[in-house]
Amino acid sequence: MLQVLFDALSLGSLYALGALGIALIFGVMRLVNFAHGDVIAFAVFALLWPSVDAVAIVFAGKMPWFLLIPFILAVGAGLSVLSEVVVFRRFRHASPATMMIASFALGFVIRYFLLMLFSSRPKSISLLPALSQPVEVLGARMPLLQLITIVATLVMLTGLSVFVRRTRFGLEMRAAAENFTMARMLGVRANRVIMGAFALSGALAGAIAIILGSQTGTVDIQMGGAVMLMAFIATVIGGLGSLEGAVLAGFLIGAASVVMQTVLPPEARPFRDAFVYGAVILVLLFRPQGLIAARGTKERV
Amino acid sequence: MSLLAVSDVTIRYGRLTAVREVAFTLAEGEILFITGPNGAGKSSLMRAIAGVTPPAGGRIDFGGAEITGRAPEDIARMGLSMVPEGRDVFGSLSIEENLIVGTGMHTRERGWRVRAASALEEVYDTFPILKERRHSQAGLLSGGQQQMLVIGRALMTNPRLIAIDEPSLGLAPNITDQVYERLIGLRRHRKLTLLIVEQSSTRAMMVGGRMILMRGGQILLDGDAQAMGQSEALQAAYFGYAEGEH
Repeated sequence: MLQVLFDALSLGSLYALGALGIALIFGVMRLVNFAHGDVIAFAVFALLWPSVDAVAIVFAGKMPWFLLIPFILAVGAGLSVLSEVVVFRRFRHASPATMMIASFALGFVIRYFLLMLFSSRPKSISLLPALSQPVEVLGARMPLLQLITIVATLVMLTGLSVFVRRTRFGLEMRAAAENFTMARMLGVRANRVIMGAFALSGALAGAIAIILGSQTGTVDIQMGGAVMLMAFIATVIGGLGSLEGAVLAGFLIGAASVVMQTVLPPEARPFRDAFVYGAVILVLLFRPQGLIAARGTKERV
Repeated sequence: MSLLAVSDVTIRYGRLTAVREVAFTLAEGEILFITGPNGAGKSSLMRAIAGVTPPAGGRIDFGGAEITGRAPEDIARMGLSMVPEGRDVFGSLSIEENLIVGTGMHTRERGWRVRAASALEEVYDTFPILKERRHSQAGLLSGGQQQMLVIGRALMTNPRLIAIDEPSLGLAPNITDQVYERLIGLRRHRKLTLLIVEQSSTRAMMVGGRMILMRGGQILLDGDAQAMGQSEALQAAYFGYAEGEH
């Protein structure tokens, strides 16, 4: 029972971090960034030295953890900010649909860039191997990594929440998320707020990259995609643009996936995701605005 | 020298021309009403001045520098504070947070914290109801309170000019009276320059000052509000009679 809870929390952590990364950017510029998953993949590959060999040549992955973690977060943040400056800034006044398509295109560019450097074969790496040792918590055995994932996510979420609520930058970001034009008319610098949101979102992608890399022990150019899809769904269920909603829905989807994995009869388990999506449809039928509707996206009267 | 100079400004939305070669100036300390019926182009003009929709032609100068086509945040930082139509409060933020957003532009200056704190006190003195409810969500305020909040929020930027689009929109007449009372008081105490858009010219005549009457994207009349009230030209402009038709 406790095992299920921890599984749910750790899977939910991934989705919550991913959803938050998407919601942050959606909040300030109404962009659903489908390149987010590829930023995650890019950050994972930053661990390796470029080569198309089947064996991974570990590069940054060899660094001690206290250097490795900031490095990967910085790679995620850097790529994300770069994508804003190079691509999305030019679409600032475009419709949300145009921006979304641009984000797909950017995602492909990143993915094929990785393909060129690393080939499409998944490679195995052992990242932070010490973390796969099992530990016992309240009578449930789990890998140390799972515990660290949950704790680290909670720390990051708390930190981010304090940041958004207590700092001037957070205040400007919340104001901009609700009404960007009005915020600008009060002197809030659009570029600074948007770049900040991209940097935060990219750092979250970096965090996911570290967790995924050490959890699965493989690197694969597709690996951001699956998380991205679930995370996107979480942002929609949570109420697009609502940060609390994204986190809540991320954990809910993680929990739903894990619970269905245990509850469903064995022959139905391969179709677990279909059941999860079914639940998603049900939620959206009853609450089309999401669990926690964001203010800025509401119809203005 | 004038604080705000609008020269031959034309604003288009696609093929629709909302404002056609409008020109006026506003001197420091002056109060100017821009009135006119719905669709006269008043709000479009305000949005152009604030930098939200750049004009298709003409130029706008503020404080001796050209601001045509500059970003809204730059114009705000130069001291032109816009209070748009419809009272755009940040509904999920608290009242105090709403007010504090406007002080961000001064954080590079020395001693800004002290000035921001005294600006906040000043706004609270002007609008005591805001102080009373400072920690509640701005979205929960009544229309009149929200109007006071957005005026207070504009004051927090320490502006030279406040431009307000339809402060009376959706407010009961006695609440509108209160809002205007505060505005006039602020103008007197802080030597603020005021640019106020109203659909009806009644308020302009009550308050006095200069009035510009717009219709169909152009300026029809420009002069003293009270003197204009006596003339028949005003009614003609509103109801669309041609000269000498009635």
